[in-house]
Amino acid sequence: METAVFYVLATIAVASAVLLVLFRNPVYSALSLVATLFAVAGLFVLLNAYFLAAVQIIVYAGAVMVLFLFVIMLLNLGHSEALESTVGRYRLTGVIFLCALLVAQLTAVGTRQLRGPVAENEALRTENVQTLGKLLYTDFLFPFEVASIILLVALIGVVVLVKRETPETT
Amino acid sequence: MLSDYLPIVLLLVIAAGFAAVNLGITHLVGPRKPNPVKLSPYESGVPNIGDARLRFSVKFYLVAMLFIIFDIEVVFLYPWAVVFKDLLAQGTFVFTEMVVFLGVLVLGLAYVWRKGGLEWD
Amino acid sequence: MFEIDWNILLPSLVVAGLVLVVLCVDIIRPDNKGGVSGYLSLLGVGVAIWVSLSLWGRSPTHGLGGMLFLDNYALFFNLIILAGTGLTIFVSTGFLEREEGGRSEYYLLILAATLGMMLMAAGADLIVIFLGIELMSIALYILVGFFRRRTDSNEGSMKYLLLGAFATGFLLYGIALVYGSTGTTNLREIELAVAQGRVYTHPMLLGGVALLIVGFAFKVSAVPFHMWAPDVYQGAPTAITGFMSAGPKAAAFAAFFRVMVASLGDLSGDWSGAIWMLAALTMTVGNLGALSQRNIKRMLAYSSVAHAGYVLVALVAANERGIAGGVFYLLAYAFMNIGAFAVIVALGRKGDENLEISGYAGVGFRHPGIGLAMTLFMVSLAGLPPTAGFFGKFQIFSAAVEAGYIWLTVIGVLNSLVSVYFYLGVVVSMYMRQPVGQAHAVSMTPFARVALLTASLGTLYIGLAPTSLLQMARQTVSALL
Repeated sequence: METAVFYVLATIAVASAVLLVLFRNPVYSALSLVATLFAVAGLFVLLNAYFLAAVQIIVYAGAVMVLFLFVIMLLNLGHSEALESTVGRYRLTGVIFLCALLVAQLTAVGTRQLRGPVAENEALRTENVQTLGKLLYTDFLFPFEVASIILLVALIGVVVLVKRETPETT
Repeated sequence: MLSDYLPIVLLLVIAAGFAAVNLGITHLVGPRKPNPVKLSPYESGVPNIGDARLRFSVKFYLVAMLFIIFDIEVVFLYPWAVVFKDLLAQGTFVFTEMVVFLGVLVLGLAYVWRKGGLEWD
Repeated sequence: MFEIDWNILLPSLVVAGLVLVVLCVDIIRPDNKGGVSGYLSLLGVGVAIWVSLSLWGRSPTHGLGGMLFLDNYALFFNLIILAGTGLTIFVSTGFLEREEGGRSEYYLLILAATLGMMLMAAGADLIVIFLGIELMSIALYILVGFFRRRTDSNEGSMKYLLLGAFATGFLLYGIALVYGSTGTTNLREIELAVAQGRVYTHPMLLGGVALLIVGFAFKVSAVPFHMWAPDVYQGAPTAITGFMSAGPKAAAFAAFFRVMVASLGDLSGDWSGAIWMLAALTMTVGNLGALSQRNIKRMLAYSSVAHAGYVLVALVAANERGIAGGVFYLLAYAFMNIGAFAVIVALGRKGDENLEISGYAGVGFRHPGIGLAMTLFMVSLAGLPPTAGFFGKFQIFSAAVEAGYIWLTVIGVLNSLVSVYFYLGVVVSMYMRQPVGQAHAVSMTPFARVALLTASLGTLYIGLAPTSLLQMARQTVSALL
């Protein structure tokens, strides 16, 4: 059962990722990316990473995709001919590089070099969020506080880059 | 385990199916007698000028970014709320650390507010 | 159950508090031009330097759940980073006024970047190092694009963001693979796992190490991951260019050295070849690229690439002398490079930054003080005695010879010779070319004078009396080896 679900989700993820690249209209591409993100969220559920699945949907499929669509509309990317000319020159190089990467990955997985026994963690499966929360708010407390400063800097950066410098003089 | 997710899958299937079936039925059953006036965006007769794809104002970007940043803040609150009672037994640091985290971001919000980032103009 | 050792946190806490204080200034007075913030930042940086110095020499510890180190290595880098930040703030006050870009966010972002750098130097966990890099990078992306009306500033910011995000992806993937193969992100535990052979699969670990090298190589702008440097250095506000070439580079090297030598030192047989190639390429491409530049900021960008190559030589050697030499060289480089950018700022005018090297003709006679300082910095960057640059390079190259990397040393020395040509080209232009057009008055604020004087004296002092600082640099090594 789980294997079947895995293959369904993996197929959706890969197929919509391929479509994301193939679509000419950036809005379609963005929506295709949403499908990929949902499928990956499903894969996280299969791995018992419930919290990660929820975050994937709330933050990525929700908030980040909204930003993607906004940017597409901000730049008015209805017509992608401009992109075409610059990308075209590097297409062959890109394809060769990616094929080489694919072969390398397949051989690594195929020769089982990257596999080994996987330790089953019962706590992670049944109490995923609790385990994660305890780790995050005790051992990883310091990185958590640093994250707040990073968010703060991002906040300031947005205002610096978007907001008019002195509203009264403009 | 996996069967817990059956309702969600069911919901997805029903939602997608409802849309597909409805579109399919109207496509099959509905009569189609197109003419140029009918196919124009506004059938009321108002002539359309220009493209519907306008360049959006960059102000939307500010709103979207603020949304993402505070969205991520809320994501951090979720596991915290789950383990709050367990960790409270070991001391109040679990409360303090979230106050510090939120305090920094509240200062950020105050900054955005004072800079007029929450106003449209 | 949760003990916080405040000493470990203290240096970063001072800077973090400073960030919030400057933010509060902005909240209270949203329309200020950043004057107060500048003074506050300087004061705070001074306090942070004092704190770092007072913690010097204690036995190395780590704390906060194994997230941060407190050792001489981190403290020495704190000094480099804070010196860079302080000098940049001195240079910036007048610069911002002239360019009419004064906003207190500028100082806030510089301080946030400083905090990120300090975390990179002190991080005892790959997560902390990653967060430090992100904090620094995000602040720098914004600072590069700070002059919104200038298109080259925007272009530089955009390129830096795109390539930087790409490099961050590599770094994160590397961290994930290292975690997957060792089961931990903690640097000390990685070291133990590697030493005891408790590695899940060896190829996965090596893949992770390779991706980590790519990520760090981007941050130190090593060839072939240097493509962003010239455009970003040229586009960024000049004071920020000086800032970027000193602190962030030193911090990236701090994390790079610590991860490679302290945690993955047992694998040095696997990675030293790759770093060897990186070092040789970086020195050569950097110096050859600088030869043909007419814009002084672009020339210094390539020069900064080349200097990353020299420090990479120290990483290849990875012995006591090499690490001490690399650390020492980064300190010397911070002074001479920020000094050079302070001169560039001083010679610019509003609306005309005067960045062509040919525009420096006659500066040596019109403004003797500035000309003398620039000559000192150029001589030091070229690595001629009796300056800081010479002594640092000497340490690094003799360490490489000691470790048996003769060819790399030969490449390095040849590169130094090439570099003399373009560094002295600036000096020749200042003293021996006939100036075109009439002279412009140079008005330096007292702050800028202080910055220029400090950088010059620092460069001279490090070159003439290097013993005490080299002694300090040697004391940092025990944290790694």
